[in-house]
Amino acid sequence: MGRGARKRDEDSGTEVGEGADEWTQSKATVRPPDQLDLTDAELKEEFTRILTANNPHAPQNIVRYSFKEGTYKPIGFVNQLAVHFSQVGNLIPKDSDEGRRQHYRDEMVAGPQESARVVLSDAGNLDEDEEPKEPAIEAESQIDMAIAEVAEKVAEEELMTHKQPKDRKLTNQFNFSDRASQTLNHPLRDRECQMEPPPRTNFSATANQWEIYDAYVEELKKQEKIKEKEKTKTPVAKKTGKLAMRKLTSMESQSDDITKVSQAAKIVERMVNQNTYDDVAQDFKYYEDAADEYRDQEGTLLPLWKFQNDKAKRLAVTALCWNSKYNDLFAVGHGSYDFMKQSRGMLLLYSLKNPSFPEYIFSSDSGIMCLDIHVDHPYLVVVGHYDGNVAVYNLKKPHSQPSFRSSAKSGKHTDPVWQVKWQKDDMDHNLNFFSVSSDGRIVSWTLVKSELVHTDVIKLKVEGSTTEVSEGLELHTVGCGTAFDFHKEIDYMFLVGTEEGKIYKVKQHRPHQLLIGPLGPEHLGSLKYLTNPVLTDLSAHQFCKASWCSKSYSSQFLDTYDAHNMAVDAVTWNPYHTKVFMSCSSDWTVKIWDHTIKTPMFIYDLNSAVGDVSWAPYSSTVFAAVTTDGKAHVFDLAINKYEAICNQPVVAKKKNKITHVQFNPIYPIIIVGDDRGHITCLKLSPNLRKMPKEKKGQEVQKGPAVEITKLDKLLNLVREVKTKT
Amino acid sequence: MIRKTEVEETLKRIQSHKGVIGTMVVNAEGIPIRTTLDNSTTVQYAGLLHQLTIKAKSTIRDIDPQNDLTFLRIRSKKHEIMVAPDKEYLLIVIQNPCE
Repeated sequence: MGRGARKRDEDSGTEVGEGADEWTQSKATVRPPDQLDLTDAELKEEFTRILTANNPHAPQNIVRYSFKEGTYKPIGFVNQLAVHFSQVGNLIPKDSDEGRRQHYRDEMVAGPQESARVVLSDAGNLDEDEEPKEPAIEAESQIDMAIAEVAEKVAEEELMTHKQPKDRKLTNQFNFSDRASQTLNHPLRDRECQMEPPPRTNFSATANQWEIYDAYVEELKKQEKIKEKEKTKTPVAKKTGKLAMRKLTSMESQSDDITKVSQAAKIVERMVNQNTYDDVAQDFKYYEDAADEYRDQEGTLLPLWKFQNDKAKRLAVTALCWNSKYNDLFAVGHGSYDFMKQSRGMLLLYSLKNPSFPEYIFSSDSGIMCLDIHVDHPYLVVVGHYDGNVAVYNLKKPHSQPSFRSSAKSGKHTDPVWQVKWQKDDMDHNLNFFSVSSDGRIVSWTLVKSELVHTDVIKLKVEGSTTEVSEGLELHTVGCGTAFDFHKEIDYMFLVGTEEGKIYKVKQHRPHQLLIGPLGPEHLGSLKYLTNPVLTDLSAHQFCKASWCSKSYSSQFLDTYDAHNMAVDAVTWNPYHTKVFMSCSSDWTVKIWDHTIKTPMFIYDLNSAVGDVSWAPYSSTVFAAVTTDGKAHVFDLAINKYEAICNQPVVAKKKNKITHVQFNPIYPIIIVGDDRGHITCLKLSPNLRKMPKEKKGQEVQKGPAVEITKLDKLLNLVREVKTKT
Repeated sequence: MIRKTEVEETLKRIQSHKGVIGTMVVNAEGIPIRTTLDNSTTVQYAGLLHQLTIKAKSTIRDIDPQNDLTFLRIRSKKHEIMVAPDKEYLLIVIQNPCE
């Protein structure tokens, strides 16, 4: 307080003027030269001194521009605050967040005593703070000073107290010393090694729809293979499999890659041929002779391709057969009809798509005289040779040798085989075929595993030629079979044509089974073989007794037709009408028969030896015949019963004899083979393929029944004529 | 198993067929293996046709993955180029179809 008063005095002492009065009274008055001269009255004038809180330094006439009135206006109140001293302190209230945190921290670091002292000092501060609040604002500056002094005091106290507790280690300002030592630093070394980078390749691919599909298909195949392997597990097999694999791979690497182009090469060859023979191919597909409209009823044969091969140049075409599955594939057998000049034989298979080279080539030592392709297995071809052998070729296997071959031991014919034909599989599902030869035997061959087993079906005997020799032996003159054909529906009945010009109708016995006891009607359905060869209609008989066992194969001649004066070259049943067949011979005639009647229905004289006749597959009344003078004759009985509707020389040179003719089952073409080894393909003009005209309002009936009725009508006409005459 | 000689014979026949200017066999990477034409022409044909065949095959298979390209025929004013693709090889024949 005392200090405060003193300060006040010192402050007031700064005022100029009136404070000088006290000084002049106490000392000898020395009049300064610039002292004011005042009268006594003025000297005795009392001046009232008021102590206000106004700041003497504060301006008293502050004017401010007032926008409202647009003039300068004096401000009434001027701030009188004068700051004498300010110091920024670092006191914080105890209850604030920061205060509490510090308090907590200090408690943790120091003991509880320190906290108490700190609190005291804080409290002391607070006390000091409270008191100066009361006086007026002018004492603020003094308060500041006071607070500062108190703070210093507190700090000193704190310092003093810090030295006292001994359980806390502190760095001693005076005694503390740092000791440092340098450790040995190992020198740093870089160890590097460079390796060869792994080989890198760039891989890029596209993920197309089909690539994904291919990947899936491969996966499937792999899985299937694994399954198969699991099923057939044998350690031995695995070993051999591995060996085989090794062999295969070594072979593959050795062999030239060219073999893989084979498929593509085939396709390209066909394309090249198609280009060369483009016009022919177009004709084959699309050309229809428009001139046929103007020719009454006659038709023409348009020559298309010509097939020939160097190797078969001098060999005559002895047999032709279309393949049942692939309609553009046909087989040609080459051999020789000349008795004196007998050489090798060839079997060629051509496709219409490639007229310049055959698809398959097989050669044999003996001339091929006949061939047949199996209907159900179109890769099996059976051939009959001039030396009496028969052989079966399998087109699926690449060997040029036949898969089955007959030999002298296995019952080959002793004379040339003139005709072979496949038949239905026998009871054990073995393939079998029949062959006919000039040695008079008709033999049935069965393919059992890897052998040909033969069974003589029948021996052709010339009737009325048995001569009695001594000891009661009967010597039969053997007839020579030259052609035969099986009935379309009754497969154990067939026709055989002979060299003498006779045609025999034969019914074949099949091996019988051992049956004991009477048969009842319930057995009828399971009996495949007839017990009595004459019975044709089992249903007519309710039961039959069977009690024999017989292993003999005996067939029976049903009928004989005196067909021709010379050897019968071909015999064929009509594809639609089950009763009609046709025969041709070197005696220049073609005859059409009804097998129930001994005399022919139709006879045609063609002025030259007829090599072959063939029914058309699309009509029951159309057939073609070829003669040795190089002409092809096409007949349609529905149009013209007496004459051919087409009579055309087909082969270029007149010396060329045509030997065979075959209709294609699907396309309107025929192939004609001659004795020079050429095969010509001809297209039938529309007139030759006429279907019965539909009358207005009537539906055109299609199907075999129509064909049958068509032929029936014709036959009936003929029969009526015959009965009349 | 098709023997090497048969394929060789087929290729010979194609080459000697009427109107055929040249044949060549190209592998899967477009490198000609066998040719009857001169080198520069072969290389040119091989490169270009190889790409075209891949494109054509990709087109066909994209439309139906179970389908596949059998052959490609390009007819131009002067001649016809026939390409038959195989699994690993490409057979190219240039023919002058006589009209």
